[in-house]
Amino acid sequence: MEFAFTEEQQMIAETAQAFFRDNATSERVRRAMAMDGIDQELWTAFCRELGLSGIGLPEETGGSGLGMVELAIIAEAAGAQVAALPMLGSLVQAAQAIAAGGTQDQSAALLPELISGEAIGGYFYDSALKVEGDRLTGGAQYVTHGASASLFVVTDNRGMWVVRADDPGVTVTAQTSMDQTRPLARVALDSAQGEALANPAAALVAVHRAAFIAVAAEALGGAQACLDRTVAYSQERVQFGRPIGSFQAYKHRLADMMIEIEQARSAVYWAACAVDERSDEADLAIHAAKSFAADTYFRCAGDMIQLHGGIGFTWEHDAHLFFKRARSLQTMLGSGNWHRERIATMILGEAA
Amino acid sequence: MKLGFSQEDELFRQECADWLNGQMAGEFKDIKGIAKLTGSPERRKEWEQQLAAHRWSCIGWPSQWGGRDATLAQQVIFAEEYARAGVPGRINHIGVELAGPTILAFGTEEQKRQFLPGIAGGTTIFCQGFSEPNAGSDLASVRTRGRLEGGEWVVNGQKIWTSLAHISDWIFVVTRTEEGSQGPKGLTFLMMPLDQPGIEVRGIRQINGDAEFNETFFTDARCPADSLIGAVGQGWGIAMGLLAFERGVSTLGQQMGFRNELDEIIVAAKANGAANDPLIRQRLAKAEIGLRLMRYGALRMLSQTDHKKIDGAALTYKIQWASWRRNLGELAMDVLGQAGEVTDHAEYEWDMLPNLFLFSRADTIYGGTNQIQRNLIAERGLGLPREPRYVPKG
Repeated sequence: MEFAFTEEQQMIAETAQAFFRDNATSERVRRAMAMDGIDQELWTAFCRELGLSGIGLPEETGGSGLGMVELAIIAEAAGAQVAALPMLGSLVQAAQAIAAGGTQDQSAALLPELISGEAIGGYFYDSALKVEGDRLTGGAQYVTHGASASLFVVTDNRGMWVVRADDPGVTVTAQTSMDQTRPLARVALDSAQGEALANPAAALVAVHRAAFIAVAAEALGGAQACLDRTVAYSQERVQFGRPIGSFQAYKHRLADMMIEIEQARSAVYWAACAVDERSDEADLAIHAAKSFAADTYFRCAGDMIQLHGGIGFTWEHDAHLFFKRARSLQTMLGSGNWHRERIATMILGEAA
Repeated sequence: MKLGFSQEDELFRQECADWLNGQMAGEFKDIKGIAKLTGSPERRKEWEQQLAAHRWSCIGWPSQWGGRDATLAQQVIFAEEYARAGVPGRINHIGVELAGPTILAFGTEEQKRQFLPGIAGGTTIFCQGFSEPNAGSDLASVRTRGRLEGGEWVVNGQKIWTSLAHISDWIFVVTRTEEGSQGPKGLTFLMMPLDQPGIEVRGIRQINGDAEFNETFFTDARCPADSLIGAVGQGWGIAMGLLAFERGVSTLGQQMGFRNELDEIIVAAKANGAANDPLIRQRLAKAEIGLRLMRYGALRMLSQTDHKKIDGAALTYKIQWASWRRNLGELAMDVLGQAGEVTDHAEYEWDMLPNLFLFSRADTIYGGTNQIQRNLIAERGLGLPREPRYVPKG
């Protein structure tokens, strides 16, 4: 039984945790929130100095290889600080799509700039995309970090294309977003030029797996941070002559958070391992991880606010950063109900 | 980080499965699938002996005492295959998984020679005398007294929830042997033969009609002076050591049993159309997810050799499975509808799913209630201050 981090994985985890803890501070996240939701300095350091941005991407394209377990480790560490980075859209979705579905030339042309952070990629799905030759018309309402992207990977679940943001047919409108650490943008394509990826089916599978795992891992990191911060608060704050953490009503809620989080941790690393090992369980595991971890995060972030009392409701306290990120993770990439229905179909068949 | 077991372990899995399935298809066909702990006790004693005859009775024990020195992974695999093959639960579960390991860890050589062969061989059935009517989850407040008299311990008091005491041969008892002592101090861990005039066992009928556990009364009950494990007054430490064995390998095997229950619900839902109800589909998906997460959670714990890293997480396991299973019982009834509320048996006796529904109300109570578990997690897992103790005035 080796369902525990290897020494190398443990090292990556410690490095990533320290990096985000030291750099993705509350002040810096908030500064980024007031701008475009990207801590540029952090992004540059993450991509170029730390050298973890290529994890989960093939080495021949400038990635660092390794797999979903390592990707999850990094997403978990970033999530613990609600880091304001375009990692999800750029490295997990766009880059994974290109690596899995693009030709060698496409990978060679596009991946190095995504991995180095010079370019930021966005990703979206439009079921009603109109395709005429290499011209695409359509768009999406909620593209993560879309306003900062210089290229988009676009899919209608049949084909997949790369579109340059500066193409005259592309209009990007930043949205005021509830989660300012990962703002959404509206992207409209009006006969924009798309460069088709050679193997869209492979790209879709890769994007779904990597994105569900990354989002679940981010939720795990966030949920654990909510618990840790609330535990610390409960030992400092004294009411009725006792630290509030000594009250059973308080303790039980924290215990429930921990019970959920430990399950979320199993879910995330089960899914990551199952994908890396090409296990039969991989599809079930990624849907389980996404739905379970996102729900866990939302519950923990909500409890964090409640257990902090009035201060937890203020803009000044970080609780709302976690709460808003948690809400956005629940919604994006399919709701919990949608993911569970996928699992229901696997165990019960389609509903009549 | 890997999910599976080694190739060598998978070969061992095949060996376990082949033998167990062979037994359940052959000589012990009649006990396959029995869910109730009290079903067919005589046949199940024979089954214990059959396991022992083929050295499957206690594979994690040293080979010197009838075990196989099996690795943790092998023990897990055996537990999984045991449940998967539909073999009924071990009637000597307490002996093999609690009393035996406790004697191995804390007993004298003489005690090992006295007890281990019988436990391993399925001829000495053990039960556990911990809880008392006024000391359920608060084990440190036991009041059953023991005093040395001549060459013997003389025990007076009462235990409760003693599972299978009515078919057991021995009981281990936590007794208060120091007059006036309080809490965990002054307790002694005694091994007592049940078949004696000083011990009376009365069955307690449960919510599901079954009578798996008992009240056990001690009136000048006796055992030899050297029939204690550890030292006089050190019973608390022994009891805690024993409880640590409880959260071990058997947790993974237990899930295979849960798997059978969930599968039965899935079959029922498909058969009666409940599987088309979107809310039932959501709940079944949640149950499936929860089951898998228990498995990988347990694998995570068993994979971790650095116990400090996992101790807090391990504390969450009891409440996790107990709550999951109670929900499963409710889900089973929602799937079955009124068909779940009647039985074809003339007696008040239930098939797997209605029985699960009724019995699972105990899961969140025994072995420490969910509320006690939350306290443990908060205090030991998260380091929160202890709940202030009630001290009577005067």
